Amino acid sequence: MRHLTDIPDLTAEEIDELISVACDIIERPDRYSQVCLRKKIATLFYEPSTRTRLSFETAMLDLGGSVIGFSSADNSSVAKGESVADTIKTVSCFADIIAIRHPKEGAAYVAAANSSVPVINAGDGGHSHPTQTLTDLLTIKREMGRLGDLTIGCCGDLKFGRTVHSLISAMSRYSGVRFVLISPEELTIPDYVRCDILDKNHIPYKETRDLETSIPDLDILYMTRVQRERFFNEADYVRLKDTYVLTPEKLAGASDNMRVLHPLPRVNEISVSIDSDPRAAYFRQVRNGKFIRMALIMMLLGLTPGF
Amino acid sequence: MIIGNLVNGVVIDHIPAGRAMELYRLLKLDSLQCEIALIKNAASEKHGRKDILKIGQLDGIDFSILGYIDSEITINYIENGVRVRKFHPQLPDTIYDLIKCKNPRCITTTEQELPHVFRLTDPGTRTYRCVYCQTPAGR
Repeated sequence: MRHLTDIPDLTAEEIDELISVACDIIERPDRYSQVCLRKKIATLFYEPSTRTRLSFETAMLDLGGSVIGFSSADNSSVAKGESVADTIKTVSCFADIIAIRHPKEGAAYVAAANSSVPVINAGDGGHSHPTQTLTDLLTIKREMGRLGDLTIGCCGDLKFGRTVHSLISAMSRYSGVRFVLISPEELTIPDYVRCDILDKNHIPYKETRDLETSIPDLDILYMTRVQRERFFNEADYVRLKDTYVLTPEKLAGASDNMRVLHPLPRVNEISVSIDSDPRAAYFRQVRNGKFIRMALIMMLLGLTPGF
Repeated sequence: MIIGNLVNGVVIDHIPAGRAMELYRLLKLDSLQCEIALIKNAASEKHGRKDILKIGQLDGIDFSILGYIDSEITINYIENGVRVRKFHPQLPDTIYDLIKCKNPRCITTTEQELPHVFRLTDPGTRTYRCVYCQTPAGR
């Protein structure tokens, strides 16, 4: 049985196949509308979420399946102290596939180890968020027409930003990819990303504090939010939260072909006046999230369109 | 101090001084019924002082954890009073319930029943990482 707890669970060929299927779903949605008939997804969200949960649920509904689950730990036996393992063993009795979001790192690994149905990590603390990465890859592919030969700027909270860690891991598999890592000193990428992914695979990268001078070199600018929920100290959050704000003035230095991505939600890091700029791809990115999750659900359930 | 020679068994030598009791627990030697001698602070030409464990049994002991403790430890198999094999322990691929993850955000900090599991990710730097959150051991 297959699970997706982290991006390395998928081969580069499988990712390419998922992107290809997602593109086909976009072209021919009717072909996929009954693929998951009588199948159920359980969305177990121990943390608040708008996009990821609704995206998973809509993905299953658009495949002809149905949805069970909870959107807050308070609405389940978790509030009584039930472990992740016991919750998963229970939900496995009802659902055909599970998507779990949990504030603790490694929760999805525990879920997969205790499940009798496929488990998808929908975000485990600051650790990993593989379906956001698949969303990002599909978006880059659709916006740029390729996944190699790109200079990708990652800006903001690179320490706790799980989407950045997974994106770097996934994009490192493609040739000609370079990274510009833009963050405050306190929020640089963790050692395991720097050593085990970038250095180990000889991926060119530059670490900098300066967004404005980096923009002209970029094909992709991946903005991230400084996440209040990852800080133990409120004062540190307040000091760092507005370090980088992308404004029309800063975007003026970017090429016409550059695209701005953001996993959302945003707070202040992208000015709303940029939303109408054709380079702003983050709401198209949200839409792509549903299609790639449809492709992933089908893959993990071993289902294909029957006609 | 004189301790009789081992006829059949295992001598764990060159244990860093003062750590033999820790190894005694890790190897679960208290569950064995054979004779066991623990020698603490023995004179060592190489290290000044060392600990030694003599175990009067050849089988049923998993020594893999010793490689994580110290790769300089030597394991000597004795048969009929003669040493038939001597080797340094290898780094184990996986370590169970020996060390705990220091990451306060790791799932192991809230789910107390979970085993603490670390996997060797870089033998060159002897780096082990938590299988749940990938945090390196000892940080």
